[in-house]
Amino acid sequence: MPDMKITPLGAGQDVGRSCILLSMGGKNIMLDCGMHMGYNDERRFPDFSYIVPEGPITSQIDCVIISHFHLDHCGALPYMSEMIGYTGPIYMTHPTKAIAPILLEDMRKVVVERKGESNFFTSQMIKDCIKKVTAVTLHQSVMVDNELEIKAYYAGHVLGAAMFWIRVGSQSVVYTGDYNMTPDRHLGAAWIDKCRPDLLITESTYATTIRDSKRCRERDFLKKVHECVEKGGKVLIPVFALGRAQELCILLETYWERMNLKYPVYFALGLTEKANNYYKMFITWTNQKIRKTFVQRNMFDFKHIKPFDKSYIDNPGAMVVFATPGMLHAGLSLNIFKKWAPYEQNMVIMPGFCVQGTVGHKILNGAKKIEFENRQVVEVKMAVEYMSFSAHADAKGIMQLIQYCEPKNVLLVHGEALKMEFLKEKIEKEFKISCFMPANGETCTINTPTKIPIDVSLRLLKAEAVRYNALPPDPKRRRVVNGILCVRDNRLSLLDIDEMCDEIGINRHIIRFTSTVRLEDPGPAVKTAEKLKNLLSEKLEGWTITISDGNISVESVLIKVEGEDDSTKNIYVSWTNQDEDLGSYILGLLQSMVQ
Amino acid sequence: MKLYCLSSDASKPCFVLSFKELLIMLDCGLSAHSVLNFLPLPPVPSTRLASLPNYTPPHHNDPLLEGELKECCGRVFVDSIPEFCPPLDKVVDFSQLDVILISNYTCMLALPFITEETGFKGQVYATEPTLQIGRFYLEELSEWVSASGEDSGAAKRWKEAVHVLPPPLADAVRPRAWRRLLAPQHIARALSRVRVVGYDERVDIYGALDATAVSSGFCLGSANWVLRSAHEKVAYVSGSSTLTTHPRPINQAALRGADLLILAALTQTPAHNPDHMLGDLCVHATVTLRGGGSVLCPVYPSGVLYDLLECLSAHLEGAGLAHVPLYVVSPVADSSLAYSNILAEWVSATKQARVYVPEEPFPHAALVRSSRLRHARALHDDALSDFRQPCVLFCGHPSLRFGAAVHMVELWASNPLHAIIFTEPDFPHTEALAPFQPIAMKAFHCPIDTSLNYSQANKLVRELRPRELALPDQYAPPAPASSSAPPPRETSRPHISADVPTLVVRRGAALRAGTRRVAARATLSGSLAARVAARELRAGVRGAPLRASLSLRDSRLELHSPPPGAPGAAPAPPPRLQCAPPDVDALERELVRAGATDARVERGADGCILHLPRHDTLVHVDRLATHVFCEGGADVRQALRRALHACVPHL
Repeated sequence: MPDMKITPLGAGQDVGRSCILLSMGGKNIMLDCGMHMGYNDERRFPDFSYIVPEGPITSQIDCVIISHFHLDHCGALPYMSEMIGYTGPIYMTHPTKAIAPILLEDMRKVVVERKGESNFFTSQMIKDCIKKVTAVTLHQSVMVDNELEIKAYYAGHVLGAAMFWIRVGSQSVVYTGDYNMTPDRHLGAAWIDKCRPDLLITESTYATTIRDSKRCRERDFLKKVHECVEKGGKVLIPVFALGRAQELCILLETYWERMNLKYPVYFALGLTEKANNYYKMFITWTNQKIRKTFVQRNMFDFKHIKPFDKSYIDNPGAMVVFATPGMLHAGLSLNIFKKWAPYEQNMVIMPGFCVQGTVGHKILNGAKKIEFENRQVVEVKMAVEYMSFSAHADAKGIMQLIQYCEPKNVLLVHGEALKMEFLKEKIEKEFKISCFMPANGETCTINTPTKIPIDVSLRLLKAEAVRYNALPPDPKRRRVVNGILCVRDNRLSLLDIDEMCDEIGINRHIIRFTSTVRLEDPGPAVKTAEKLKNLLSEKLEGWTITISDGNISVESVLIKVEGEDDSTKNIYVSWTNQDEDLGSYILGLLQSMVQ
Repeated sequence: MKLYCLSSDASKPCFVLSFKELLIMLDCGLSAHSVLNFLPLPPVPSTRLASLPNYTPPHHNDPLLEGELKECCGRVFVDSIPEFCPPLDKVVDFSQLDVILISNYTCMLALPFITEETGFKGQVYATEPTLQIGRFYLEELSEWVSASGEDSGAAKRWKEAVHVLPPPLADAVRPRAWRRLLAPQHIARALSRVRVVGYDERVDIYGALDATAVSSGFCLGSANWVLRSAHEKVAYVSGSSTLTTHPRPINQAALRGADLLILAALTQTPAHNPDHMLGDLCVHATVTLRGGGSVLCPVYPSGVLYDLLECLSAHLEGAGLAHVPLYVVSPVADSSLAYSNILAEWVSATKQARVYVPEEPFPHAALVRSSRLRHARALHDDALSDFRQPCVLFCGHPSLRFGAAVHMVELWASNPLHAIIFTEPDFPHTEALAPFQPIAMKAFHCPIDTSLNYSQANKLVRELRPRELALPDQYAPPAPASSSAPPPRETSRPHISADVPTLVVRRGAALRAGTRRVAARATLSGSLAARVAARELRAGVRGAPLRASLSLRDSRLELHSPPPGAPGAAPAPPPRLQCAPPDVDALERELVRAGATDARVERGADGCILHLPRHDTLVHVDRLATHVFCEGGADVRQALRRALHACVPHL
């Protein structure tokens, strides 16, 4: 019970194909179900046979949680639900549910229609898969079953991206997906409350980077684009249809407006309008500024940015083109790249991370010649610029998130091993918590303290509070309760002795001691009692001493004075077995007084 | 647990619950019935209103009252800026409130009166649509009520003379407590205090309990609140609907099995079925438009308006009247219409499905694009420069005391072709129209109130099975007449009749509710639990003494392993539970072993006495207690204790 196990099937010391298995408290949860864009074989999907070599997978997984719509986080979902046959619950946010099928379909077309692969999921499968998805809203606490609870937090990154808090019993985990700790032009910053999870599973794409200020990067980007088009060059910006594209469009749009530029800016057809419609509809997921001004002016209605047509590729003169997909691994952006790459006045700006194996990754590593499957070789003479616009948290952001939610352990995924190593050291040093970074297929076991819910009797607590508050304040003093633990129907409670007797239906047997002290003190007995009380008050400071009808009580010890006027008084001191210490102390006190 | 009621208007509720040392306000509704006693505030000066005769009560001579009252068609109105009736402020000190939970935007308009300049330091929670649309309502009100008059000339004198005024002024409830709307900056500050929550989000209230807003199906973002601690559950049901309209449907499961269910804001027009009323409205509108007249609907800027636009536009299209323009005039019309279309997560499943296409959830965006629907901030707005008649005009305020509707009624009242259709249930339409009489335009009353009616509410209470129910007195069964005869049929009104203990609360009342708490929830650390070896004490019950250190952080209790005692000192022994009298023979043997060989035993009917003459000691043993009268020294007593310990059976 107090263990939790984490096994990355993808994204373990790696970027792409995010898929992490989490098991705790007897529940198995799959976090993301992505595909790897750098592979064309079975390696592109997570190895589901790890979960169960054969037979139905549904019984092995209690739920699947998708953090956002990027294909490296949701790309294998139709494969899992329609081809492997998973039928259990799937959770994602509303925008993710709306947008993911479009990207999946887009990718399917590239894979099946351009590359002619079979044995891939169909359009219908995507639709069927999305139908099974339960959409969640931010901060809504969803009970997957009686024990498993999940809750989404805003993650920035892309529209609808979420971090998930997952709880089973007293164990909890936060999985970040991809997130962004600084607000950008259309999204806000990730936020989480101090939920103190046992484990934080965080992405670490930019584990070693501390990015320079956002404003500088934007100015840099605009300057490069402007310089290139001024010289008559063509600028290609490979983007994914949703997300970074919208931010860059807003950026270029405002710059073109301000500088009164006339160079054409195009956005690859198809997704543009639809994508912007999604942004309009889910404007509550964008940042404060856009939300505030959307009634007057919708930021996603662009004046300068026109739809692109394939015939424009060979148009002469300067232009800026946004084309999909973002890593130059297929589709229109790759076609444009092939045409424009051999001319040095042109430029390609890679605004995001590229996974290994893609053309984007190759040119960023300085490849001057790219060979394609059909033996076609393209020489790269155009300028290649990398601008880190990917909305991931940098090292500072990751540390900030750890500070926000105060986890007891951290586990790094979705990053490169070397960089992780560095961050791991930093986290362990700075926060004094353990940090893990399992590779794919490697299982990481984390011990968590057991916490068992228990009902504590208010009577017991109140008695303790009275005792505690009677003592002089001392922040170091530990508070201690003494009670009886009672286990009934698997429920625990802590009771005081009388409640316990009621609980098991027995009468308590009380042992009481009484001793007598004889005192020569002429006068009425009540007077003697008064004197005794004053005397005891002096000696027993801080104890409650009351007197009524000549009976003195010191907490639960009773003192009674009897005797005729003008004769010897009998002082009876009586206490129960538990109060032996106090009782015998008082008795001793009285006896010493008499002598 | 204690429940206070601060509002006399059950549809604009305001309760305060004191629970676990917290003061929790549930809703803060602003009753606007009081405005009906005032003369309308026209957006442009009206000669008719200005020339109404003064009213002076007969046999009452107060020169200061001069000019405060005007008469129109036999009704007396106060000529001043309208005043509202905020929740009672004397029962609960607002500065002591910890939390305000808001159920929907119709029940939050008194928020500025609670939070501003009262020393309020707590938190306010509402859903995002509630905050936004509540803001529209308050901004609209404040624009109208403050735009149309300077601060002077507040009529006060009449409040001293209420007893000599004719009804309904004479029946005004506590007019001295009526207040004007607060200034815009106060409203803005009050709204800035609101923290936004989502449905089913568990909000931690100072560690003492969880509050969760669950969908109530009444309007966009409307919520019922569930308060839960480890042992208690309170459900606050306010403004709920089981009908299918545009918002998300009601979540009943979350309300089930509460210790206390508080029920408020049921329908104000139980005799009218909202579906039929919507149908009637379409018919009346069509007939009027066909006759060449225009239709005026005094409405709020959100809520049923969206349904009206959707149904009416479709109906008019079917009736061949698609060319008739629809106008929405309100200072917040543009925001309200735009905002409703970005709330995909708060609308019904069918509307939500449209977003995935992607299309707007409400059709009014398409109506605006095709220019069938126009919206404007005010009647003199440029957007209305090509104002065409006949048309359908939606504008506020439903009370007809301020806003664009005042001007339109003044303008159209004399034309019998025009029609005014009342849809909002908050105001009786005859009273709303009273200061405009005599009128020739047609007036229809089609109140659309989708809140629970009494039979739906009764059914809901039966299904939710609360342990206890709390109701405003308006909803309670009428008190039986003093005589034995049943009340006459015609006076019996619809009410809630539940077979659970019911608390009836009226304004100003404070009632004790719910069960007494006996236990608090804590967590037991695994290491401590592992050290406890519980023994079976009775079938199904196991127990063991437990000593634990207690830590209290953020109101959360945790039990850990106890601190080690001071070095050298033995840890305090766990408490012992002696459960039966000692076996006297065994006791005797023990004493002999301890050196007391002179024990004599006398057995009686219900116990026995053991005598140790040498030590001057008597031991009384009976069924429930053992009493030792020891006159010997401490060593004798300690020996006796040891002996008793050894032979008194314990757990």
